[in-house]
Amino acid sequence: MPFLASLVDPPFGLIFWMTLTFVTVLFLLAKFAWKPILNGLKEREASIADALNEAKRAREEMASLNAKNEELMRQAREERELLLKEARDIRDREIAEAKGKAKAEADALLTRARADIQNEKNAALTEMKNQVAELSILVAERILREKLADTKAQQALVDKVMAEAQLRRS
Amino acid sequence: MSLKPLLRHAFLILAALLMGRSAAQHGTPDSTAHHPAVATTGAHDAASAQDHGAKEKFNAGKLIMDHIGDEHGWHLWGHTSLPLPVILYNSERGLSLFSSGRFDHGHRTYGGYALHEGQVVAVDAPDGTDAHHAPVNERLTAATVDLSITKNVATLLLVSALLLWVFISVARAYTRRAGQAPTGLQNLVEPIILFVRDDVAKSAIGHKHEKYLPYLLTAFFFIFFSNLLGLVPFFPGGANLTGNIAVTLVLALITFLIVTFSGNKHYWHHIFAMPGVPGWVLAILTPVEVLGMFLKPFVLMIRLFANITAGHIIALSFYSLIFVFGETSAGAGYGVAIGSWAFTVFMFMLELLVAFIQAYVFTFLSAMYIGAAVEEPHHH
Repeated sequence: MPFLASLVDPPFGLIFWMTLTFVTVLFLLAKFAWKPILNGLKEREASIADALNEAKRAREEMASLNAKNEELMRQAREERELLLKEARDIRDREIAEAKGKAKAEADALLTRARADIQNEKNAALTEMKNQVAELSILVAERILREKLADTKAQQALVDKVMAEAQLRRS
Repeated sequence: MSLKPLLRHAFLILAALLMGRSAAQHGTPDSTAHHPAVATTGAHDAASAQDHGAKEKFNAGKLIMDHIGDEHGWHLWGHTSLPLPVILYNSERGLSLFSSGRFDHGHRTYGGYALHEGQVVAVDAPDGTDAHHAPVNERLTAATVDLSITKNVATLLLVSALLLWVFISVARAYTRRAGQAPTGLQNLVEPIILFVRDDVAKSAIGHKHEKYLPYLLTAFFFIFFSNLLGLVPFFPGGANLTGNIAVTLVLALITFLIVTFSGNKHYWHHIFAMPGVPGWVLAILTPVEVLGMFLKPFVLMIRLFANITAGHIIALSFYSLIFVFGETSAGAGYGVAIGSWAFTVFMFMLELLVAFIQAYVFTFLSAMYIGAAVEEPHHH
């Protein structure tokens, strides 16, 4: 079968044209097509990878920011609590202090009042004693005056007192 | 997938049978006359007489071989051909350049040349002589170099122009719209480029793949485009470019040269002195390895050629069946046509797949061979 043999018998002309054309196309495509295409693909892949990394970093940053915010909030809450507690303590202490002061003052007042009362009482008593004494003297004077209106009676009394005085001396 | 090779083999046998029968039909007397190298003037009368008688009869083998072979001038339909330039050179007559239309479908001689069975032969006859009667100058025929733009060369140029147009315009899209999502044509070829880069080059060669990517991509798309164009049944498709052994020879040769010139110490060491193998085994192994060096590209050449040629033969065989049966009776022809048509559609789908798979297989195996040549030793 001659045509079967011709099928596997490479014609020189086609080998020539194929080599020439293919090598030319290979060089042209390598320079003007594959280089920009492969570079473009690589750049795009790199930029996509970059963008993904960026997004991941932003997400992480966001998370850390959130955590920080929460921490801040917690701290603020704690501080508020502390302030409130302090304020309460101060108030309580002030109230207690005021109470103590008031009591002391009242006590002092009371003591002073008591002392005053005592003084007044003493003064009153002294006055009363004086007045009683005065009154007694007055009464005694009157009584004596009445009794000793005559000279005889006076003499009798004097005698009596004298007697008594003498008696006591002896 | 195991069905495909089985089918392919079955139809190769079928095609071979058809061709065998047609060769037998042609008869022994003219089988010598058809070979230009042994043609003599005396035998031509008988041969042409036989030819005229046989012209009426449908010859499937000849039809198929005409279609999968090459031709000067591009047959369009009926008796209409697109003339292509014929370029011939020999030291005696120098460079001849003329249109293939001058040969008048192989019936006339021109410039001292004629077409015999699609081959240009030198003849000693004036222009316009009946080619079948012109005396062949065998010495000059052997010395003549045929660099004509044949149907396959024209297809080769067409595929090359297509490749340049598609990929340079795509490349422009990459520079103009850098970093943006692909659009249009770019969108169509980008997945394939990425496939070749990631699943062929990177997986078979490793981190040194970038240096070989331009060749692998060019080879892949050249084969893929040629295969697809070969499936188009009308002009400007239909040529059996990747089913021509000259084309696959050049492709395989380039792979061979790249592999051989990329081979590192480790690679050559494995070929000539496989480590860990005793001396007397090396005496057997080294010739086998050296043979393997040449066998690998040889198989690359044969695989692509055989697959694509077989695909063309199968499709044409089914069409031919219609006319073979049509000759016995018109009814049988129409009856067979339905089955043949359905089966050809099926085969066409399969061939679309094969167009991709063969481009992939050629590129992937080339990448594997390159990968083996540049692989660094990772043990000891």
